Amino acid sequence: MKALRSFWSGLKRGSLPVYALIALVFLLTPIFYTIVFSFNKSLRRNTVWNSFTFDNWTHICARQDLCSAVGNSIMISLISTLIATALGTALAIALVRYRFKFRSAVNFALFLPMATPEIVMGAGLAGLFFNAGVGPGFVPTVIAHVMFCLSFVVVTVKARVQTLDPALEEAGRDLYANPSQVFWKITFPLLLPGVLSAALLSFALSFDDFIITYFNSGSVNTFPKFIYVAAKGGVPAQANVIASSVFLLAIVIVLATQISSHFKRKRLQHVK
Amino acid sequence: MAFAAFGSSAPTTQGQTKSGRVVLALLLPGLIYLVLFFVIPLVSLVLTSLEAPAASGKIGEYVPGVDFANYSYVVTKYWPQIARSFGFAFLATIIALLISYPLAYFIGVKVRSRPMLQRMMVTLVIAPFFISFLLRTIAWKQMLADHSPIMEWAHQVGLMSPSQSFIGSEAAVVFGLVYNFIPFMTLPLYTSLERLDIRFLEAGSDLYASPAKVFRKITLPLSMPGIISGTLLTFIPIAGDYVNASRDFLGSSNTSMIGTMVDADFLQNRNYPAASAMSVVLMGIILILVTWYVRKSGTEDLL
Repeated sequence: MKALRSFWSGLKRGSLPVYALIALVFLLTPIFYTIVFSFNKSLRRNTVWNSFTFDNWTHICARQDLCSAVGNSIMISLISTLIATALGTALAIALVRYRFKFRSAVNFALFLPMATPEIVMGAGLAGLFFNAGVGPGFVPTVIAHVMFCLSFVVVTVKARVQTLDPALEEAGRDLYANPSQVFWKITFPLLLPGVLSAALLSFALSFDDFIITYFNSGSVNTFPKFIYVAAKGGVPAQANVIASSVFLLAIVIVLATQISSHFKRKRLQHVK
Repeated sequence: MAFAAFGSSAPTTQGQTKSGRVVLALLLPGLIYLVLFFVIPLVSLVLTSLEAPAASGKIGEYVPGVDFANYSYVVTKYWPQIARSFGFAFLATIIALLISYPLAYFIGVKVRSRPMLQRMMVTLVIAPFFISFLLRTIAWKQMLADHSPIMEWAHQVGLMSPSQSFIGSEAAVVFGLVYNFIPFMTLPLYTSLERLDIRFLEAGSDLYASPAKVFRKITLPLSMPGIISGTLLTFIPIAGDYVNASRDFLGSSNTSMIGTMVDADFLQNRNYPAASAMSVVLMGIILILVTWYVRKSGTEDLL
């Protein structure tokens, strides 16, 4: 206990920033490694550093099967994100804005998928499709992805709906806007940041999903499936190229929105 | 972020009961989806787990029934995997909590006066989400492989005996699980610590409480919602994970988990009843543990 106490006060005194830095470096090291090895002129396996090259970046589709897997992943993630975001946003609005019977039951039912390990959901869906005589493939995969993204969309959008001031909508109604005008001119634009971050999260979850996809996709290959299978013999450097570009793209989007919202907030403070 | 919602309760509802039809239109599509593709699969999983082999004896053919033999089969055959899955999950969750808490505290409380830096740090915490977790795990595998610089150093310093390899051990699997799930732990912790009113801490120290006491009596209880949702978001997926434990990643044939066996029985042996029974066992243990945990910590309303 005494050791713990002195450890904690030591942390408070100034080693906390150093600790946070080390923790972040720990989190980011594999990302850095993955990006660096996308520039490796690998021989047979991309496991040992050989020499620097741009070849992997200029010949992304040298492995045709990899590129088609990535194409499938993008399609699956886009479609699932669209469906999950639409369904989830509607659920979130209903759950925050309206009182109805079974409201807490619905909340609990939406929590359950998040408390279900992927393997259980994956095996359950695969069993259902198998019993229904629908083989695994593209559509079952999309259905499964929508399912596991749905709850995450609901919690993300719910948080945003909760911050919405109902007075704004009332003002709209007072000014004789009809319900659909109120929704599209007031509610939806205010919800949009929440809806967008839910969609982004949903896309990220879907694009990176392995276990549920493995059980439901059959012969349809996806990017994570490609890596999982390739891990046995050695992952080609082109996989690092694709992962790195997705990463850089996502980081740029996130940073851009953060910086722009930061300056927007600063301007608003200025006006006040 | 999605994780913010776990901490925030107290819904603000406006009385708009007249539009029952609107509620129905908003709820029905999502709820039908939930029933079709979540509830029914779980029920069918339970039914499949009770099936018996078909009389034909063909692989992959089973007849409906009420046969509990699958359960005794998986529990007697796979108890090491069951024990390992939950052992790994406990260990990795606790280690991830210990690593994440100071980090979340620093970002949520100490950097609060500099919002730009705070947001950048949160972005760095979630950055791993944007790059394939399989590739990140492979990156660790290669960085910690025998004869890698890190391992050479570990052997030299005497952290490990030179005959031992790290990759393939249970420790390596727990390491990978901790690494992969730290963001899931840090984010909910951060969202609850970020709301922590610093004046409470000041009041505590004004009243001559030691820093440790302030932490124990104020910070820790107030961050409890974050701890609960963080540990749940970490523990549950870890118990079902089997990628880290796979021999092509950080594990070996001696580190197989429940998921490994479900994968083998379902996709290779086509023993659907056994795979289903195994999934039901996993889900059942998780539900019991989570219910107990949530009751004990008195945070039922969080769900």
